Amino acid sequence: MNKFEDELKTGNFVTSECNHCNRIVWPPSNYCDNCFREVNWRKVSENGIIIEFSKKEHDIFCIAEFENKIRIIGKLDTEINMIKPGQIIKLSKCLLNGKNRFFFSLENNQ
Amino acid sequence: MKKVAVVGYGNTKFTKDELPIESLLLESTKQVFDTTKNLSQDLIDGVIVSTNDNSKYLGAILSELSGIKPKISHTVEHLCSSGSSAVISGFSYIASGLVDTVLVTGADKIGNPGQILEWDKSRGEYDHPIYWASMFTKAHKRQFNTTDEELALVSAKNHKQAIDNPNAYSHKPYTISEIMNSKNITDDLRILDCSYSCSGSSSVLLASEETAKKFTDEPIWISGIGQKTNSASFTKNELTTLSSSVIAANDAYKMAKITSQEINVAEIHDAFSVCELMAVEDLNFTEKNTSAQYVRNLFNTEDRKINPRGGLIGAGHPLGATGISQIVEITQQLQNKAKKRQISNANIGLIHNMSAAATSSSVLVLKS
Repeated sequence: MNKFEDELKTGNFVTSECNHCNRIVWPPSNYCDNCFREVNWRKVSENGIIIEFSKKEHDIFCIAEFENKIRIIGKLDTEINMIKPGQIIKLSKCLLNGKNRFFFSLENNQ
Repeated sequence: MKKVAVVGYGNTKFTKDELPIESLLLESTKQVFDTTKNLSQDLIDGVIVSTNDNSKYLGAILSELSGIKPKISHTVEHLCSSGSSAVISGFSYIASGLVDTVLVTGADKIGNPGQILEWDKSRGEYDHPIYWASMFTKAHKRQFNTTDEELALVSAKNHKQAIDNPNAYSHKPYTISEIMNSKNITDDLRILDCSYSCSGSSSVLLASEETAKKFTDEPIWISGIGQKTNSASFTKNELTTLSSSVIAANDAYKMAKITSQEINVAEIHDAFSVCELMAVEDLNFTEKNTSAQYVRNLFNTEDRKINPRGGLIGAGHPLGATGISQIVEITQQLQNKAKKRQISNANIGLIHNMSAAATSSSVLVLKS
């Protein structure tokens, strides 16, 4: 288990980042996929944008992108007719419970 | 590089049966021996198994069960395109001159572990293929105004074509309306727009030019190969194009010295209806934003050019066997042995096989 999962267990969404190449290393890994130096870990910014979404029964799920690079699929807590790609969302919760789970909410005033 | 031909094949019926992986592998291998002239165990230099099954050492197990003592024997796993990847490995052993004949056998059981890529944490809890398929479909609808009826055309066509494939999982015709009204898996995906993971096994025997004539009077040449892996994570993908397939197809066309317009028949990777719409454009059979009209025309004219065996939607999808089964179909088509499914005057055929939402793709061009 790497740092990403350790942090997710405690409710933190972190990414690996290479200070040498000055780039985010995503998906999370212990080494930079460009220079193979050890990465640093830091929290991902709270806000992302919706790339695409769909719905299964009562659950809306979407691909959200953070910091122009980090994409994850999570559950979006809103009404389906309120959503369109490009909208800003906020990571409201994340956890590791067998699987990684991410929960998003729409940012206000959109 | 030496020329390499498909000189024999075998294919089991695709079913819901829970059979041991070893029995499945042996079943289509036996058919290769039953139907290939002059074939004996001592003439096989390599045995490659393609599967997502967790059992180990299956290359050696299949060799022992078949009485073969090959020089080369191992397993290839690459999720849904394990089969084409294994055939490309076999091709390479022969093309390099290392060996002359390779048996490639692929199989998977219903409920095999190849459907979920656990490593891809970016999918969160939405790790089943239905979720990426929903994203592809929704994005396609958004960009090209694709309708549910146009998606259903793919499934109706492929189910209809599968009726004439004795090995297909499904032999039931469905109307467009039945498909559109089938169970909603998600808002953007109906159950009849999905391929079905099932049990099955397929084999091909590959041989060098010098050896091929011993086994067949109608060798089918593997003339073009293209492969591309863009990533393993689905979320890195573009959503309205199978970009790894575009690259793989261009490489395969270049190697075969053909254009897409010269292809007479193709088996393409319709894991979900939207994949066929995307693939016919990305393989350059039709221009961007014309795929629905292209498939509608095939359906209305009963032209079986795309997925004559029924594709993955009609024939079923035993992951490790699928790419090989596609190659068997194109081989039969180019040998004029596809019976009711036969495309007239088929000389050049294509196989398109991909994995994990087209994060990687294989394309092969076969010639008679």
